[in-house]
Order: sequence, then structure tokens, then C-alpha cells
Amino acid sequence: MQAKEEERPTDLLASGHRACAGCGAALTIQAVLRATGANVFVANSTGCMEIISSQYPQSAWKVPWIHSLFENAAAVASGIEVALKALGRDEEGKVVVIAGDGGTVDIGLQAISGMLERGHDVCYICYDNEAYMNTGNQRSGSTPFDASTTTSPFGKKSFGNDRPKKNMPAIAAAHGIAYVATTSVAYPRDLAKKVQKGIAVRGPAYLQIHAPCNVGWGFDSAKTIEIARLAVETGLWMMYEIVDGELVNVMKVPRQQPVEEYLKQQRRFAHLFKMPGGEAQIKLIQDYANYNLERYKAASPVGTREIQT
Amino acid sequence: MREIMEGSHAIALAVKAARPNVVAAYPITPQTHIVEDISQLIADGDLDAQYVKVESEHSAMSVCLGASATGARTYTATTSQGLALMHEVLFNAAGMRLPIVMTVANRALSAPLSIWNDHQDSISERDSGWIQIYAEDNTEASDLTIQAYRIAEDSRIQVPVMVCMDGYTLTHTYEPVELLEQDLVDDFLPPYRPTDFLNVSDPKSFGMFADPNYYTEFRYQNHRALEAAKAVIPEISSEFGEVFDRDYGGLIEEYRCDDAEYVLMAMGSVVGTLKDTVDDLRDDGVRVGAIKLRSYRPFPVDEIRRALAGLEAVGILDKNISLGFEGALFTDVKASLYHDDNAPKAFGFIAGLGGRDIPKRTFVKMFDYIREDKKSSNSEFFDLNTQILDFQEV
Repeated sequence: MQAKEEERPTDLLASGHRACAGCGAALTIQAVLRATGANVFVANSTGCMEIISSQYPQSAWKVPWIHSLFENAAAVASGIEVALKALGRDEEGKVVVIAGDGGTVDIGLQAISGMLERGHDVCYICYDNEAYMNTGNQRSGSTPFDASTTTSPFGKKSFGNDRPKKNMPAIAAAHGIAYVATTSVAYPRDLAKKVQKGIAVRGPAYLQIHAPCNVGWGFDSAKTIEIARLAVETGLWMMYEIVDGELVNVMKVPRQQPVEEYLKQQRRFAHLFKMPGGEAQIKLIQDYANYNLERYKAASPVGTREIQT
Repeated sequence: MREIMEGSHAIALAVKAARPNVVAAYPITPQTHIVEDISQLIADGDLDAQYVKVESEHSAMSVCLGASATGARTYTATTSQGLALMHEVLFNAAGMRLPIVMTVANRALSAPLSIWNDHQDSISERDSGWIQIYAEDNTEASDLTIQAYRIAEDSRIQVPVMVCMDGYTLTHTYEPVELLEQDLVDDFLPPYRPTDFLNVSDPKSFGMFADPNYYTEFRYQNHRALEAAKAVIPEISSEFGEVFDRDYGGLIEEYRCDDAEYVLMAMGSVVGTLKDTVDDLRDDGVRVGAIKLRSYRPFPVDEIRRALAGLEAVGILDKNISLGFEGALFTDVKASLYHDDNAPKAFGFIAGLGGRDIPKRTFVKMFDYIREDKKSSNSEFFDLNTQILDFQEV
């Protein structure tokens, strides 16, 4: 379906930015800005989205935008928010953080915790491409189990990353904030709805958006959305909301796909299909996907077990 | 009007008079009394500002950075380890040309842990792009706080400013302080009205990345701004003097240097002791003087050359050391004199580290040292306790 010319939303991330073809994160940011509209202040951490959009003297950002450092976007956003309050400009727009998974679950964690705990009116959006992609695919705390990255490579004595993804939404929710949500670039309507909810909340909100990186994960640039959808359909990426501490609106997976369907299309998991013992590893990942679909039915995702090896 | 109060309280009152919109700070000894007093001023409704109780100094500076970029006047205070934790944000704030003002309650750096005064913390941020001005007493520190905003926000400069004051020696000392009348401060320091700031009606990008075609030019402009501050700092100081009747001069202060043959140079509160020593020696007929270095960055090369011209010798006290070389001021002073044919002999002294007192007798020894016909060398440690060294070597 093609929208009529006059119905197309104005792209607040201008075309001509330097993202790779098929970049899930760039699609995510474009979708986020369509949902927020122009009245938004963006604090961007160092990472792919900063680099592809802000090479002086050209900026792709048609909204007020600031990049300071890798780990401090949440603190910079806190500063913007209190400045708007102090200057009587708090109706001017909402403050949004855009950060990758490394800048969020690893190096930025302390600043995020402070921002959430202090109750700043900031919507924090993490695009999760599951490794340090800007520096060339190194393992982050958000890299999934058995993914081969440049710092968690497979080898004779390694199946790749030996730890499961850090449960960052649960960490955010543990701060007692009003709104936490996960979504995926493959579900733009769900994404838009959740961004708008995060914006509407008075106080901190946390969103984590699954955004495949075709270069780092190793798949064809035309398949970004397909891969993202498979992550959800296998149960490896769960889509849900935590509203006032309560797990709600978990996206149902009516026909669960086997995890092989997701894994076999990506170079980062290719070793599992070649190595002795790889089959057993795939079984572990399948168990984890099954467990995901069970545990997010009822219990709060806070503090539940991760992959047992 | 003059009132006896703690140095930290004087700073809190100066901050109040400057009317910042946003304060973000993390507690660390000996900065704590400053931020506690500011918190109380806000709690009592005497200061209308947003106070962000951040989880680290890194975030304190990051909050100030975000707030300043949004157009707010911002303040923070820290010291020692806290300043070191801010390191990368300091460079970032200066590069984005954000006029943040910060009090540094100077303290030693660990290890070994020391909560007491020296200048290693701010000296170690020498290249961050911040202006650094060192206060001798609490009235000067208080007055500098107001001047710092004028300097930082001056459209010719637009760089952040550190007001450095000795931890404990000034922050925790009660002494008479000249109060700042609010109406005079309001005239002297109008509200911050930046031309470039984050807003939705004219969206701008801050903190972009620059490739090799552009990066050097950004650094050059930043450098030029600090160079320009050499003229602006004395200009604002004298304007302050006209309004408040207290003028601290410019980048350096010369004390009884007119006919001096031998001069010692220092920064911070110890200059008071140095001036007393000069008075004593002058009473004995010795032609000595003192130079207080107020502005460490920008470094007043021309003023130092002029002030030291024709002297027999100069001694430079460093309450810091670049390990493996010498004291930082000593290096800079010698570099300033290098092209002068008539440069005096220069001697460096390391003393007063980690809160060790520098009494008058130490300055007398330093004057004796530079009056002897010695060859120049790297900095010498003064007042070392050899008993401790012998004990540790067992």
C-alpha cells in the first residue's frame, strides 16, 4: 500500500543519512520520530545512530538533537528536562533518549538508573541490535546466547556468547516507573502505539526496540523485517508492556516457529549448524524460547531464570 | 557588608546571587558544605532553581551539559576523585562551548587516599578547555563565582569556568566575607540569553562528529576563545571592581614586586602566607616579592614575562607534580621565559601536597634557596620527612 503524497508523514530523520542499506536501527528511529512528531528533544548516545546522522556540517535531525558521550545520554536528557522546567518551557516538547543496547544495558546503566529513579519526564528508547555494531560487532550485555561476535567468537572451545541477554526491561521496571515496553521494528503499528504511550506518560518511560543489524548479524539487507518478525514468532524476542509494575499486553504467538528458522538465516549462529554439539545448543535456545512464551503469560518478568546451561 | 561565615556558605550565597536555573551535584569531601547549603537555600525558597541529585559526578556534569545546551544557567561543584570522574564530560562541555560554572574545592588525588588540599585535581584537567581561576581567600572565591558567569557567558568566549578554592583551607574556614548585594549582582550579571540552544522552533544539532577536514578548526576556535579570555578576565574584573569596589586585578597579582630581586610565585590560599613572608623579609631589608597566579588557563604568558623581567631569580611553588618530570606551573613559567634573553633563573618547588601545611619558614627556605647561586634544575621537593622515607625502606 502506498500512501498518497500529502498523507506521507514528514520524515524528521532526513533521507541521505549514512546508515547501511537494510539498517534496522535507522528504520526504528524513523518510526519513533513519526510517532513522536516534531515537538521532541533528542539526547542521543554515541553509537551507530549518532554517527550515521551527524557528520558535520550535515545533520539528518529535524528536531533539536544533542549527542554528548556514550554513557551519559540519560543524564543529558535529565538536564534538558530540568532546564525546560526551570525556564518555564516544559510544554515545548518531550525529552527522548535514543541509545543503542551497549549504551543502555552496559556503559549507560548507571546514568539510566539515576534518571529513572529521580523520576525525570523522559522517554528512554533503546534500539537493540544486540552488540556493539558501531565498532564492528563486539559482544554487549544484550547479545543473545551463542551469538558469535568479534569478542565472543565461536571456536573449538566456544559456541559464541556464553551468556543470555541481560533483562533490561525488568531492570527498568524495578525502578517502579509507570511504563516499560518492548517492541520490534517489524511491528510499526505496535511500535508507534508504544512510543506514543511512553511519550504520554508523565515521568520516566523505558522502551526497548528489537532492531536487527544485517551487517553484524549476517543476513541479506532485504530481510531485516523478516528476521525481526521471526525473532518474535520463535519466542526469542518477547513483546509486552509493564504498566505500573504489571505485565500486560504480551503479544501472543499463535503459531510458534522453531528457533532454527531464525538462527539458520544469520551468520552469527551459522556455527551451531556445523559444529559438533551445535544441535544441543540449538535445543537450549529452543527451550529458552519455549520458556519465554510460558513465563511471560503470567508471572512478572522480573527476576525469572535465564538460560540454564 | 562584611560577615563572618564559612567559605562554603559564602560560595552558596554567591551561587544564589547568580540565579542559576539548574544545579546538579554529587557530594564529595570537602565540597559537601557548598552543595548542602545550596540545597537548604532551595528548600527554604531562597533560591528558585532545579537541583538534580545525581548518582555520580559524571552525571552531574552531564546534567549541567544538557541543561546548559537547553539555555539554562547551570552550576555544579566537586573536587578530586569527582573531578577526575567528570574528565571526559569536561572536554565535551568545553568543546560544545557551554558556559557552565563549577567550584572546585581543590583536593589531592588517590592513591594514597587523601581528603586534604593540593592542586593535583584541577591541574590534571589542564587541557580540558575550561578556564581555571584560583582564589586566595573566601571573598575572592565568592566574587569570582559571579565573575565566572560573566566570563563564561561572554559572547567572545563561551567556554566553561572552574573557580578553584583550596579544600578545607578555604571551604571549611570561617573568616570575614564581603557579601554580594543582590541588586548589584543583578545589574552586573543579567540573565543568560544564549543565541544557540536546543528548542523545537529552531531545531539545532549539538555534539556532531567532525572528520579530519573539520576537527582541527573546532579545536583552533576553542583555543582562540581561551586566548581571548586573557583580555576578558581582567576587563570583567575591573568592571566588577567599579560596581563592588573590589578589584583583584587580572590574570596575575604582583605583591611588592616593584623593586624586587627575588620573587616566589604560587596559587591559592597559600599566597596569604607567602605575602606575610615577603613582608617579614622586606622588614629585614631583603628585596623580595610575591606573584599570585590567578588564571592558570588561559596561562598569562605575557604578564609573567613582564613581571619577571630583570629579576635575579624566581621560585615557583607547585602543589602538584607531573610525576616523572616536575611541577606544572614551573614547566609553564619556564616555557613562557624561554624566548627572553633577560629571563631570571627559575627554581621549582613541590610542597603542600595532600594537605601538608606550608608555614612561613618554608617560604623563607625557598627564598634562601633561590638567593643562593645555584644552577636551575627540575622541581625540588620541600619539607620531605626523611624519617618516614627511611622507615618505609626497611
